[in-house]
Amino acid sequence: MELSGMLFYLVSFLIMGGIYSVICLALNMQWGFGGLFNAGIAGFYAVGAYSAAIITSANSANHVGGFDLPIVVGLIVAGILSGIVGWAIARICVRLKADYLAMASIGIAEIIRLAVINEEWLTNGSLGVSRIPRPLEDFFTGRESELVFFIFVWIIVAITFWVAHRLYKSPWGRVMRAIRDNEAAAESVGKDVQSFRIQSFVIGAIFMGVAGALSAHYFKFFSPDATEPLLITFLAWVMLIAGGSGNNKGAVAGALIIWAIWSMTEIITQQLPPDWATRSSYIRMLLIGLFLQFVLQRFRAGLFPEKAPKLNVKSHG
Amino acid sequence: MMDFINFYLIPGITLGSIYALGAVGVSMIFGILRFAHFAHGDLMTVGAYFALSAVWLLGIPALAAIPIAMALTCLVALFADRAFYKPLRQLPTIYTVIASFGVALIFRSVIQLLWGTESQVYSVGFQKPIVLFDSLRIATRHIQIIAATAVITVALNWFLHHTQMGKTMRAVSDDPALASVAGLDPEKTIRWTWIIGAGLAAIAGVFVGLDTDVHTMMGWNLLLPMFAAALLGGIGKPLGAIAGGLIIGIAEEICTYPILGESLISPSYKSAVAFVIMLLILIFRPRGLFKGRLL
Amino acid sequence: MSNKILDVQNLTAGYGKQAIIENINTNVSDQQIVVIVGPNGAGKSTLLKSVFGLNNRMDGDITFHGQSIFTAKTSELVPMGISAVPQSHNVFPTLTVEENLDVGTFAAPPQDKKATKSKILDLFPDLKDKLGQQAGELSGGQRQMVAVGRALMSEPKLILLDEPTAGLSPAYLEVIFDLLLQVRDSGVAILMVEQNAKQALRIADYAYVLVNGKNAYEGTGAKLLQDDEVRKSFLGGGAPQ
Ligand SMILES: Nc1ncnc2c1ncn2[C@@H]1O[C@H](COP(=O)(O)OP(=O)(O)O)[C@@H](O)[C@H]1O
Ligand SMILES: [Mg+2]
Repeated sequence: MELSGMLFYLVSFLIMGGIYSVICLALNMQWGFGGLFNAGIAGFYAVGAYSAAIITSANSANHVGGFDLPIVVGLIVAGILSGIVGWAIARICVRLKADYLAMASIGIAEIIRLAVINEEWLTNGSLGVSRIPRPLEDFFTGRESELVFFIFVWIIVAITFWVAHRLYKSPWGRVMRAIRDNEAAAESVGKDVQSFRIQSFVIGAIFMGVAGALSAHYFKFFSPDATEPLLITFLAWVMLIAGGSGNNKGAVAGALIIWAIWSMTEIITQQLPPDWATRSSYIRMLLIGLFLQFVLQRFRAGLFPEKAPKLNVKSHG
Repeated sequence: MMDFINFYLIPGITLGSIYALGAVGVSMIFGILRFAHFAHGDLMTVGAYFALSAVWLLGIPALAAIPIAMALTCLVALFADRAFYKPLRQLPTIYTVIASFGVALIFRSVIQLLWGTESQVYSVGFQKPIVLFDSLRIATRHIQIIAATAVITVALNWFLHHTQMGKTMRAVSDDPALASVAGLDPEKTIRWTWIIGAGLAAIAGVFVGLDTDVHTMMGWNLLLPMFAAALLGGIGKPLGAIAGGLIIGIAEEICTYPILGESLISPSYKSAVAFVIMLLILIFRPRGLFKGRLL
Repeated sequence: MSNKILDVQNLTAGYGKQAIIENINTNVSDQQIVVIVGPNGAGKSTLLKSVFGLNNRMDGDITFHGQSIFTAKTSELVPMGISAVPQSHNVFPTLTVEENLDVGTFAAPPQDKKATKSKILDLFPDLKDKLGQQAGELSGGQRQMVAVGRALMSEPKLILLDEPTAGLSPAYLEVIFDLLLQVRDSGVAILMVEQNAKQALRIADYAYVLVNGKNAYEGTGAKLLQDDEVRKSFLGGGAPQ
């Protein structure tokens, strides 16, 4: 019994760890490869989660949809819609320095949050969408269903990893990484490189949407609370940098390790006396904020440092 | 017509003043340190809460607490720069952007730990608006905020154009490499940037608290319009940022004004206005209205 | 040779770990215009930058008035009496001409700022009615004057100029060189890199030819102008003029 309890905990840990791995791999396509700063991950995640939820859930009187379509269709639509949002924003910002994209992506996340809360006909507002199915629910229930979902999530992780790896190996990927850290060269790059950057941003956005969809299916319920920027955007950044930006293995390792630390701090803070327990979430936020600073200053290359591409780019004299 | 002025234009100018004061810091940090400071909104929150403590402990009105809030907020900003931004100065600035993202979180969680998450007000009770020309009604707090912003604008303009540090800051913002060739001390300039940026952020934070209430998300929620204002005014153009802030504040209010019975957008989408303006600038005029620099 | 003020001895310098110039020797004495010529990429700008502390000095020594400045930072050199004008981007474009000049006094305030400014404006009378204009709006030649003017505002003993005539019309080139002679005669030594080698050598009291990061030739301007080898390789051939 004890053992199966542990196992059960491990499975649910690995499900969330897998979802975060997808986000981190997606972020790595944008930041690690292209130097494109996305501060609105939560927005793309929300687009994906709500698209999947609305498309696959059963009919509901409270909001549009309930199309009851297969989960795969939901995932695809989630990816496409999130990708379209990513494309629109990347088109505008990709020719400018990363800071502009950062600001615009904060904006897009904010607008999506507003829409999710206010457009009740679509999303049921702050009450959220419920009765979202999990794959093969008719055949497996309870813990078995968790196990099935765990396999499902990690198949998606594998697909994401494969796509990220292909991007990384592509000739353009090399050029991108070579110019990424060289602002002078990045400014003078031509249209082709810009379109590649848009491409990597869009592919990243697609997978962020897919990750959102996965979490909607996992929780079977999705409300605006679940798109809290802290939990999505911020943790993903900490994960990627700690794991090693530019390195796909690092992205997955970072996601799992940071998610483990994050989950453990929850267990620890639950042991605190009651009047501290209410503050525990702020303590965790503070610690993760400080941890990011530590990683940035002392541990920037991450657990799995990127092997720098060999390509000599001249700086301006 | 008077309804428009009383309920849309004046609140718009008030809101715009608050954006303006925050955006000055964003724009100066852009110009001199060359990064988008994601913790600037939360720096405003820090200022608002310092003033709150001063109001509680000393029993003074919020306006009188402003100098205390400014001083403490400056110290916080200088500390954050020393501890979190300076170590990354030699790297591509995007690392500092990421760090500031984390600093925003640090500020907010410390505030939540120390002061709790309940909304607070500086003073309870209702202030009667002042009535001018029979029908122009202005709340006292709106007069205070707008007047203070006007005075600060004049003072800032004088500082930037007539003092050595002001000219140094404009020079560094124009061309940091040439500034160091001219022997100007970059670290001293950076210190003054934080002092002014944080001081004005504290004022803006107190003003938000005066206008509505003090809560832990107040600053983060203002970040988007402040960035938009700084971009609209042109990066490294603090006075442009003030104009940008006013334009965005007024635009947000006007967009909810019912023209022909139907307002342009629903009030719940007010903050979308800033975002749309930001996108339009990035598409058509990345240097802003007043020919700022590109990052 | 008269009173040596700048003495670069066996200097090796570059960027990061990469040495660009090696074993360079250069001297500037009081009241001298010293010119450095050489092909593109020879390391001329690099030499000026390393004197001014803007890159990585690796080996050798640099002394100014007999005192080593090998480890001195830029912000320390300006108060010691050295100013520099970079090759490009050498004015603050949104500052007015007057403000550009003012910036020159911040690191090393002169005795009497007003007097210094009017002295410099007498040297560059073109700027007198442009004081309120943004420097970025000026013509190339006027910008160079603002740049040199800014460098002179701290009343330096030595100024380092990197290609002050780059991109200027031949007529303006003469104007600038004429001004530099006046600057020299007012008591400021000049170490200058020039692409327009022939004309520069004519006003040079002494000159060095830099090739591939190494000293190749040196001598008085007149001597180098006469030198067949130098003429053929670096001055586009032709008979001595
Ligand atoms: N900032 C820099 N970083 C690295 N290498 C540089 C830099 N600036 C110049 N170089 C290199 O140093 C060499 C000499 O450049 P430079 O001194 O500018 O030549 P010159 O002024 O004689 O034309 C060139 O090969 C150039 O590529
Ligand atoms: Mg050169």
